[in-house]
Amino acid sequence: MAYDKFNIIKSSIVPLPIENVDTDQIIPARFLKATERKGFGDNLFRDWRYNTDNSPKEDFVLNQDKYTGKILVGGKNFGSGSSREHAAWAVYDYGFRCVVSSFFADIFRNNCLNVGVLPVQVSADFLEKIYAETEKDPKAEVEVNLQEQSITIVGTGEKESFDINVYKKENMLNGFDDIDYLLNMKEEITAFAENTPL
Amino acid sequence: MKTLFDKVWDSHVVRKIENGPDVLFIDRHMVHEVTSPVAFLGIKSRNIGVKHPEKTFATADHNTPTINQHLPVEDPLSAKQLKALEENSNNYGISYWGLGHEKNGIVHVVGPEYGITQPGATIVCGDSHTSTHGAFGAIAFGIGTSEVEMVLATQCIMQPKAKSMRINVNGNLSKGVTPKDVALYVISQLTTSGATGYFIEYAGNVFTDMSMEGRMTVCNLSIEMGARGGMIAPDEKTIAFVKGREFTPTGAAWDKAKAYWDTLYTDEGATFDKELTFNGADIEPMITYGTNPGMGMGIGKDIPNAENLEGGVATYKKSLQYMAFNEGDTMIGKPIDFVFLGSCTNGRIEDFRAFTEIVKGRKKASNVTAWLVPGSHQVETAIKEEGLLDILTEAGFELREPGCSACLAMNDDKVPAGKYAVSTSNRNFEGRQGPGSRTLLASPLVAAAAAVTGKVTDPRELMN
Ligand code: SF4
Repeated sequence: MAYDKFNIIKSSIVPLPIENVDTDQIIPARFLKATERKGFGDNLFRDWRYNTDNSPKEDFVLNQDKYTGKILVGGKNFGSGSSREHAAWAVYDYGFRCVVSSFFADIFRNNCLNVGVLPVQVSADFLEKIYAETEKDPKAEVEVNLQEQSITIVGTGEKESFDINVYKKENMLNGFDDIDYLLNMKEEITAFAENTPL
Repeated sequence: MKTLFDKVWDSHVVRKIENGPDVLFIDRHMVHEVTSPVAFLGIKSRNIGVKHPEKTFATADHNTPTINQHLPVEDPLSAKQLKALEENSNNYGISYWGLGHEKNGIVHVVGPEYGITQPGATIVCGDSHTSTHGAFGAIAFGIGTSEVEMVLATQCIMQPKAKSMRINVNGNLSKGVTPKDVALYVISQLTTSGATGYFIEYAGNVFTDMSMEGRMTVCNLSIEMGARGGMIAPDEKTIAFVKGREFTPTGAAWDKAKAYWDTLYTDEGATFDKELTFNGADIEPMITYGTNPGMGMGIGKDIPNAENLEGGVATYKKSLQYMAFNEGDTMIGKPIDFVFLGSCTNGRIEDFRAFTEIVKGRKKASNVTAWLVPGSHQVETAIKEEGLLDILTEAGFELREPGCSACLAMNDDKVPAGKYAVSTSNRNFEGRQGPGSRTLLASPLVAAAAAVTGKVTDPRELMN
């Protein structure tokens, strides 16, 4: 599924300073019954966000008006657990285009890249600095520049670079997905398939 | 000199993209109802078909009831999802083992049962516990729905090659220590992110001595330390297990496959990016006390104090608060409400044998609700044929029908808020077994001991 091109995002952030946020929290299993990719944003962090009677939990960040933005900043080992791509869909559908953490679980990182959410891995120090800045001013902005592979805390000018595979970077800058690439390799794959031992 | 992982990976690379991922050919693609519908919609909207339906296998497991499977599924959303898988399978000529089919069961249980899982194969499925199939020396890992679509369309995915890690466990396991305990022990040592970015090879006599079922349990849990997957070199046990199953090659194809399988071991002197060694004798029956699988310990130990941890104190405290446990508590004697025996981690025949061994001649505790869910119809049949069902019934237990059940609680098998479940599954995340549920991960022996005593109990006390 195609997604919007990604280049530069400058936005205030939503802080979630919890470690090991697993994909069951991002989107609980009972919301995986859909047969279409629709409406997952409403259930993002469902059980942290709403009480059992569906009233919002006041103290959860997504329910606090002062925190808004296109960048979600989570604690270490973000996105562990289940491979459900629905977690990345929920993040995207809610309106985030970028998730920042000091460490990402593999499958979640991969899923994000496939759906147009940029995972930005920063140092633990830099993560703390982002939180500190937002603590001072909830509207403090962060700028993520994919072309440059840099992330900047706008208020202080502090900047860090981040890694991304060259191929994936091109994809995100252009809004391409892997399937287009693979479909163009059709003959090569067919020839390969004929020689596999299993 | 190559590692086992190198050999299998490298022989499946169709194209290497400079500064990019590898294009990897996939030998077997397992599909289930939850992570596939959007992928099928994708190929439909692109107007392309399934490239290799004969390499694609569909089963319904995640979102299925475990009682009254002969009746229509009540929940309309679940029913729709199951219907979608059936229609997609039929439209594209994929073999579909739906609810009620004699071969139906959890995707990672039926794959090995019917010989779909083979040494040296690349196997993917839109489920993170696909790592289970690594027990056969396959490269098997979970993928997201976009990748499911790629595999349907092209039989390939694009991923960078993982780093390699070898985990050696040698020595003798003591009484009551099962493959589940070995895995939970290793996870507790590595943490849930300790193997992120790596593909693991398990080596050492503890794994070579294990049954294929045990190896599946270990490889299954690789993902819980963050690894892309885990694998064990095939040996005589592996070949004997695979031989004669429905999708296992025969005749000349067998000879060709066997010749390939015989090359599947790590060459002497091959190096790993990381290597870790543990002593099997250090491992006790394990139990988890927190909200990730790394928060586990020997069942007789006390819950660690936050001050002894390296960082993450706030997250740790939040976790214990969710569980309503305190630092320093002992787990032994804590009352429990539910027991779940099942899942792709511990839903095979060996797990039911272990459970039955403990409950034999005893009675289910009255405060416990027990869900015993076989991983497949084949397991269910074996339970009956081996006479285990009679013993279980005598002890006050009922057997349910196969499926993922309370492992992820998408169906009605949900543990109520605030209740404790001793579970043989693989994840103790907040709400994993139902909103507000509290999960203690453990082996089938620990689950059985809890089921008959109504509290956390060291199974060694109930063993002869
Ligand atoms: S039993 Fe649990 S972990 Fe295994 S496939 Fe089903 S939901 Fe996934």
